[in-house]
Amino acid sequence: MKITLWGVRGSIPTSGPDTRHYGGNTPCIEVSEDGWTLILDAGSGMQRLNSSIKLENKRVDILLTHLHFDHIQGLGFFKALFNPEMEVHIWGPASTLTSLRSRLGKYFSPPLFPVHFRDLPCKLHLHEVENSTFTIGPFVINSRYVTHLGPTIGFRISDKHAVLSYIPDHEPALGPKGLSKDLKWLSGSDLALNSDLLLHDGQFSSEEYKNKVGWGHCSMEDATAFAALAGVKHLMLFHHDPSHTDQQLDKLFRDINHIKGGKMKLDLAVEGTEINLPKVVK
Amino acid sequence: MAYDIEIILNRQLADCLSIPVFITDTKGNLLFYNEPAEEILGKRFEDTGEMPVEIWSTIFKTKEFDGSDIHPKDLPLVKTLTEQLPFHKTFLMESLLGKSEKISLTSYPIIGRTGKFLGAVAIFWRQKEE
Ligand SMILES: [Zn+2]
Ligand SMILES: [Zn+2]
Repeated sequence: MKITLWGVRGSIPTSGPDTRHYGGNTPCIEVSEDGWTLILDAGSGMQRLNSSIKLENKRVDILLTHLHFDHIQGLGFFKALFNPEMEVHIWGPASTLTSLRSRLGKYFSPPLFPVHFRDLPCKLHLHEVENSTFTIGPFVINSRYVTHLGPTIGFRISDKHAVLSYIPDHEPALGPKGLSKDLKWLSGSDLALNSDLLLHDGQFSSEEYKNKVGWGHCSMEDATAFAALAGVKHLMLFHHDPSHTDQQLDKLFRDINHIKGGKMKLDLAVEGTEINLPKVVK
Repeated sequence: MAYDIEIILNRQLADCLSIPVFITDTKGNLLFYNEPAEEILGKRFEDTGEMPVEIWSTIFKTKEFDGSDIHPKDLPLVKTLTEQLPFHKTFLMESLLGKSEKISLTSYPIIGRTGKFLGAVAIFWRQKEE
């Protein structure tokens, strides 16, 4: 499983000299295996993916965790949507009342976007998923609702070699007692269980989180504790706060050094990183 | 397997409330009760953990106001579990000290985003002594 991080920033694209190292693009991850390609979220990182992606089998699958703008804003610029030979599958969370098509259609329509959904020339297939298991080529994918704002799912992606878990927007510590130590009562725990790599929300420092309870995100400390409880082998903190410069991220990361412990590898996600699972190459 | 997010969030809410709250699965097995509910049950969640429906349902001694027994199928929570609708009833309940107390019970079904029935919540309202 080859994984490329095209966008690791949360909330809003934040490019500039202060974010050059960790990157300013919002979530977009490419996962490939045996000529099959999955794209996890369609943030502004999609634009970087556009220039490098090789679509060998005329099919691409986009897995959306939720429809907050930082996770879909790159979608309209994805080149495969405008190629009549391409089969594009979009998988996203089911909601109570509105279909995925009509929710995405709010973005794919004027005045927000000039092209209507129905006018996209590709062969487009939409799939609503909830607590589901589905297969795409060599990948078996589990999706489950997690604690965030609005219908939001996380993904667990397995191939014959490795397991990748992706929970970019997640507040597992919501509640008066913080993070549950009992996995049964811990949102997202079965997605992350014993995975080789977990990309997880680590938007805030624990100090910042005190004033952001209920915003749907996670402190770096809670994310680390969550991953350790779930037996994750390698945690990459993801969805960096747009107000955090490279320098601040480095400092925040140094500050959580004391809780690292155990065998789990821990680092901050860096835009442009390529990972081969199970072997990690930076 | 972790519980559905709707169950987890109901527990988090219950943990913040000063009114007794019981959360069950679709069969009525008790998944969680909060601290105010511990007082009614006379047990601590920390000690018991989850409880099968056969066990926890026998702890309560309930009566109609005329002293007759309440048929289990007339209890709000039982009705919620069978009909997947909210119910409310006021009745007498024998406290752990053997005293009869006027209790109101509201129960509602937990129906998730996709319309799936996931469990039920029962809230006890203790009536003030006049
Ligand atoms: Zn986000
Ligand atoms: Zn979000």
